[in-house]
Amino acid sequence: MTLVQNFPFFSIILSMAAAIVSFVLRGRGSRCVHLAMVTAVLAMSAATLGCTAATGESYTFMMGHYPAPWGNEIRVGPLESAMALCFSLLMLLSVLGGLAHIERDIPPSKVNLFYIQLDLMLSSLLALIYTNDLFTAYVFIEICTIAACGLIMARRIGRVYVSAVRYMVMSLVGSGLFLIGLSLLYAITGHLLMSPAKQALAALVGQKSSAVPLTVIFVLLTVSLGIKSGLYPFHTWIPDAYGYTTPAAAAVLSSLVCKGYILLLVKLMVRVLPAASPAAGRITDVLFVLGVTGMIWGSVDAIRERDVRRMTAYSSVAQIGYIYMGLGLGTQWGMVAAMFHVISHGAMKALLFICTAGLTEVSGGRGDRMALRGAGYRHRIAGIGFAIGSMSMIGIPLLTGFVSKYTFAAAATGAAPRRMVAAWIALAVSTTLNAVYFMRTVLVLYTSVEPSQRRAKDYRPSRIENAATIGLILLNIALGVASPPVLETLSRGLAVFG
Amino acid sequence: MEKHRPKTEYSRRERFTRWCVGEYDPSAERLETRAPADEAARLELQRLQEYAANADRGIHHELYELGLRRRVGLFTRFYRVAAVLFALFLAGVLLLTVSYLPRFGDVSAPENNEVARRYIEKGLEETGAVNIVAGMILDYRAFDTFGESCVLFVAACCVLFLLRVDGQEDPRSQALEDMSDRFFEPRHDAILQMSARLLVPVITVFGIYVVLNGHLSPGGGFSGGAIIGSGLILYLTAFGFARTGRFMTEKLVKILTVSALSFYCAAKSYSFYTGANHLSSFITPGTPGAILSAGLIVYLNICVGIVVACTIYSFYVMFRKGGF
Repeated sequence: MTLVQNFPFFSIILSMAAAIVSFVLRGRGSRCVHLAMVTAVLAMSAATLGCTAATGESYTFMMGHYPAPWGNEIRVGPLESAMALCFSLLMLLSVLGGLAHIERDIPPSKVNLFYIQLDLMLSSLLALIYTNDLFTAYVFIEICTIAACGLIMARRIGRVYVSAVRYMVMSLVGSGLFLIGLSLLYAITGHLLMSPAKQALAALVGQKSSAVPLTVIFVLLTVSLGIKSGLYPFHTWIPDAYGYTTPAAAAVLSSLVCKGYILLLVKLMVRVLPAASPAAGRITDVLFVLGVTGMIWGSVDAIRERDVRRMTAYSSVAQIGYIYMGLGLGTQWGMVAAMFHVISHGAMKALLFICTAGLTEVSGGRGDRMALRGAGYRHRIAGIGFAIGSMSMIGIPLLTGFVSKYTFAAAATGAAPRRMVAAWIALAVSTTLNAVYFMRTVLVLYTSVEPSQRRAKDYRPSRIENAATIGLILLNIALGVASPPVLETLSRGLAVFG
Repeated sequence: MEKHRPKTEYSRRERFTRWCVGEYDPSAERLETRAPADEAARLELQRLQEYAANADRGIHHELYELGLRRRVGLFTRFYRVAAVLFALFLAGVLLLTVSYLPRFGDVSAPENNEVARRYIEKGLEETGAVNIVAGMILDYRAFDTFGESCVLFVAACCVLFLLRVDGQEDPRSQALEDMSDRFFEPRHDAILQMSARLLVPVITVFGIYVVLNGHLSPGGGFSGGAIIGSGLILYLTAFGFARTGRFMTEKLVKILTVSALSFYCAAKSYSFYTGANHLSSFITPGTPGAILSAGLIVYLNICVGIVVACTIYSFYVMFRKGGF
């Protein structure tokens, strides 16, 4: 086994070690440790991606001395390492973009605890990406849930506690259902590792007695991960959770946390649940319907919302709907499109949240649309960033959102005719609605105001913040311009994912 | 003065007879059942108590302005009924599913496969742990258990993040805090203190035994750590923060947690690295049954025990006072 093949394991352990060490560090130290750790994970993921993309194969890595059905195991392929690369990059840029706000929103004696939560968040996301073991997935779902709760209540204002409690309750329902599903799965297969479980399930599919447990397991696992990732009817925790916390946390939560669960769901669909069973087909139907509903209703809710941060959060509901719609198409291309949108939405949403924070900062801390009049003049880079993020969301060519929508539309042609039409209509309607609320906000940002209001009073954005915003803008453009190799890598990764 | 008192006053019999007729109260001036309070603090406390009693209804009422919004009230009622019905439905579905599962203890059940067989038949030989469960969680599936310890760690961090009181509080609110603490947990409770004196050493030693013997008998870091933690909480309840603050400082808790988790992380990284790369490792199972056997398991149990005890104790102090 070459050194590069050890890198995924190193990145998980490194992020956990960083969290542990930060417990005795002060704020500054823990920040340095966090940034160094994320950079190291980024570099290692890039190396792993280079290695796996070159061979196009996936490999398993034993976590210990015992092979597959007995010990823990992680599995690495092009898709996993590409996701790890994107997640660490997005986390780095989000934290850098929100650095100034972290210092302001969090009391100095507790900054290290905040970074511990970010460290463990990254470790749990990496573990969810790489794991080949159902119980490891459950353990890291728990870490992810608790760390997300800590991130939601990072800012000390009253609304935050309500939203954190709501998130906690809904998310724990999700964890509970996942655990029940997992136990039932273990009871009928006798395996916790994914590949042996799939073999055992494949033998069970034809039997009559296993039809009911199989359906219940499918439903429980899908619903639990749906709740945790904010699928349409379970999305009610999203606007409060993203709307009030510190911007770095909001960017991380919206662009990464939901996606970790979605990746796990994809992994379950591809790697565990046999495609031949009747329940699998019905699950994709349900996901498709919920995804399409989410695409429309999330956008409608976003139009009704006045606060820009909450509007961006509602738009996340719509975007999660896109991803589920792609999964619900039930084709290989639908999944590739969904995976691309995972990355693409992460890049757009992180940019939007970071820029919204900068824009509200120059508008007296108010986030409603009236207060943001002319904010684009007061904070130029955030204004440009928000405009580009919005255009990307709407699907203007050369930006990443366009590639997502195009790939979804192209993938829909491969699905059943009714689904194809439904997906196209939903894409068209949702794009129009996106344009309504995002363009409206961009117009407000660049409404002409008196010269006295064109300058920010006593606020200067830090260089790091600007650099992170520019980095995210470039990422949006890069993903939009150079999408073919990314899509190629993702589709090859999905081919060896199962 | 005291020297000249008649000797009979010290005798137990004398005190007992005086207690029987009601002249003598052994707890007088020693047991503090309710904290002595100045008038303002007492009123404040009363207000807090009333608030707590009505919190269930009151907060809900205030938050959603239920008096003004009839529709919300109706929805809440509908919601409760729907929630009960849904829970019943879910319970029904799960019970139905369970009826399709293999019977409990069935030899031909899917979970009695090659995985369980190897754990049982080769567990002792491969891990050196007489307690197969310890071998499973700390050797075969040690990565999961590291994750579990990190769950406790992140939960403790979250609670510290939320509840720890930092910086300069104004003296008035600190006094009130102290008051309410004494109000709900009276100090110098003789019965509690005596039982704590007897029980705490036994509980602690038993906890240490459960941790150290985890690879030989049922038990291990999680259960042993919980026992030690509960012993510490009992000690704190009986003797107050002034006594526990002498040894269980925040610094100590931090150092213990960090060293335990770091050791776990380093040791298991070594083990995973050698395992995955098929390198030889210096860790051997040792003599089965000996106290220092089973490779890393005994040390990992100690680490898990420390983390669990520290987490439980810090949860308690954070919820009670917001500081160590």
